[in-house]
Amino acid sequence: MNDMRILERDVETNAIKIAAKGVQVFYGDTHAIKDVDVDIQDKTVTAFIGPSGCGKSTFLRCINRMNDTIDVARVQGDIRIDGEDIYDRKVDPVQLRAKVGMVFQKPNPFPKSIYDNVAYGPRIHGLARNKSELDDIVERALRNAAIWNEVKDRLNAPGTGLSGGQQQRLCIARAVATEPEVLLMDEPCSALDPIATAQVEELIDELRQNYSVVIVTHSMQQAARVSQKTAFFHLGSLVEYGETGQIFTNPEDPRTESYITGRIG
Amino acid sequence: MTDATTPSAPGITPVSGKGSLLVQDARTRKRNAAEARFKAYGIAAITVGMLMLLILVFNILTRGVGAFQQTFVTLEVQLLEEKLDKKGNRNIEDLKKVSTFGYAPLLRGAFETEIARMGIETDLKPKAMAGLLSAGAPAQLRNLVLSDPDVIGTVQQFEFLASSRVDGYLKGRVSRDSIANDKNISAEQLDLVDHLVTAGAIKKRFNLDFITGADSSDARPEAAGMGVSMLGSFFMMLVVLVLALPIGVAASIYLEEFAPKNWLTDIIEVNISNLAAVPSIVFGILGLAVFINYMHLPTSAPLVGGLVLTLMTLPTIIISTRASLKAVPPSIRDAALGVGASKMQSVFHHVLPLAAPGILTGTIIGLAQALGETAPLLLIGMVGFIASNPPDSIASGLLDPNSAMPAQIYEWAKRADPAFYERAWGGIIILLLFLITMNTIAVILRRRFERRW
Ligand SMILES: Nc1ncnc2c1ncn2[C@@H]1O[C@H](COP(=O)(O)OP(=O)(O)O)[C@@H](O)[C@H]1O
Ligand SMILES: [Mg+2]
Repeated sequence: MNDMRILERDVETNAIKIAAKGVQVFYGDTHAIKDVDVDIQDKTVTAFIGPSGCGKSTFLRCINRMNDTIDVARVQGDIRIDGEDIYDRKVDPVQLRAKVGMVFQKPNPFPKSIYDNVAYGPRIHGLARNKSELDDIVERALRNAAIWNEVKDRLNAPGTGLSGGQQQRLCIARAVATEPEVLLMDEPCSALDPIATAQVEELIDELRQNYSVVIVTHSMQQAARVSQKTAFFHLGSLVEYGETGQIFTNPEDPRTESYITGRIG
Repeated sequence: MTDATTPSAPGITPVSGKGSLLVQDARTRKRNAAEARFKAYGIAAITVGMLMLLILVFNILTRGVGAFQQTFVTLEVQLLEEKLDKKGNRNIEDLKKVSTFGYAPLLRGAFETEIARMGIETDLKPKAMAGLLSAGAPAQLRNLVLSDPDVIGTVQQFEFLASSRVDGYLKGRVSRDSIANDKNISAEQLDLVDHLVTAGAIKKRFNLDFITGADSSDARPEAAGMGVSMLGSFFMMLVVLVLALPIGVAASIYLEEFAPKNWLTDIIEVNISNLAAVPSIVFGILGLAVFINYMHLPTSAPLVGGLVLTLMTLPTIIISTRASLKAVPPSIRDAALGVGASKMQSVFHHVLPLAAPGILTGTIIGLAQALGETAPLLLIGMVGFIASNPPDSIASGLLDPNSAMPAQIYEWAKRADPAFYERAWGGIIILLLFLITMNTIAVILRRRFERRW
């Protein structure tokens, strides 16, 4: 805990990108998310922290409707992106997921070439009219994900042959290639070594320029390092949500304080 | 490591009361003995298994290899014009009127001249000499004459199949003792065979016709081949592949990736597993009832055989396809959905290609099973049918009555003449070669594409 660096940063208030109200999630009989309200800002990194099993991933997966793929999951409440209800019956989740990209806990590149990994999204969404446009998109995405220099000479090598940290940055490149507006990351560094973690964290900070980033992490140091806003979840409820500096130095709720000081979780 | 080597170093007293580690206690000894016993059982079991396999392979090879060799008689035959073309105008219609009986005298004459030329002494009548040849020899002459009438009046060299008794004599199956009551061959004829072998007119050589030829009637085992029944099997496998693979894969994809998990899909799942265990003869009688009696498809047709085997193979393909779909990690599906692919795109772009080697392996193993299946063919009339002509088109391959490899083997094994018995073993070698090839391909596929993620 003592190496925690909390940077004084200028938190400018941006427009609200995602507005969640009264969100409840059930897995069969398990009540995994209990009445969560949260407003997530555009061009900001928002961290979800909390002990394991408290529902961080579950809530994150509500934002791009990945929970639809789980048979037993039921989502109630209201989540709006740019004012539009994403659980409206007219919304096609596939279209939503092109707008809300996701990076998973374990790096999961397709067992295809690096190029094809990144080009897959643009291809199925018809973002490129020809090969050279596609090449541009792939290069831009790889540059955005800070991995271009490492892979530019072997774009046809399999993505699964990269190191863990490179794989995760490739997955980020794959997510940004479809030009999403929101980027969801579920513990993107938990399978990485410290050096790779540092690289990804640096990248997340850069991504903030263009995207609204939501990152789940169980490492409070990481939340402190990369995020401007932090939400603390406990047993399925959102306990406290505020500016990262505020949460880490001066939490309002006693549960937040005990988590941060290492007494729960 | 260096200074701890002496156990009784001064100043070190044993701390525990468990005794020295250098002496095994009773429990440890018992445990080790049990382990050694178990290993011995395992090795014994494997040895017995390998031994059985060796005996089997040895038996099959020693009995079956003979079928790939056949005895031939080389003869020069004078194609006399006065016997074959009395009018002398080479009119094909007139030539066709001369039946194989008309050609038989030419063979007798050929033998007489040949034996006289070689200076062999024998009391045999020319007819008995010609008895050394396969009953199909006159037809061989006739076919040549009809295809090329200009050979009439010339002397041509022919290689005729020897009769199955002569062939058996050269292969050691027939001896002077065993023919005591045999009307088809006499000791004098065997003497003549000995002479002809010395003279080089009778030889044993590799017989391609056994692999490519058609089955023959009971009287001519020397002419029987696997080729046509192999085509029958080929067309059945074609039907199985074309039907079972797409249906099986589509069903598995639907069940595994799209169908909701409820009691209905549970029942379907249980029933597919049950179907895989249904004896094949049940599928045979189902095929008889549905495809032949109700739908009036032709009996003995590879199409019907293929349909029946499709029913039998489907569960195998579905089970292995579902297993390989399950083996694709969910993270790949998440990745695809996460970049905005639809369910179907994620399945067809990512999951299916990764599952493909497993699916192919399952399909090949299912096909191999179907290839060796005999019982259902019994009920739809593919056993016992003598297919004498190879099919000339895909339609006739599918619809004309035919046999199949295992059915052909069964048929040969059933016939009385030991010459057919040898061919049954030869057929088994061919069938096993196919199965081993298919299974090897399956193993290679599995090895090569195992877990690429
Ligand atoms: N697919 C699922 N089916 C049933 N229960 C689940 C599923 N995923 C998560 N849960 C339950 O939901 C709760 C929250 O899980 P999760 O969101 O994964 O927590 P976190 O990411 O904070 O560790 C846990 O109690 C977990 O057991
Ligand atoms: Mg989680």
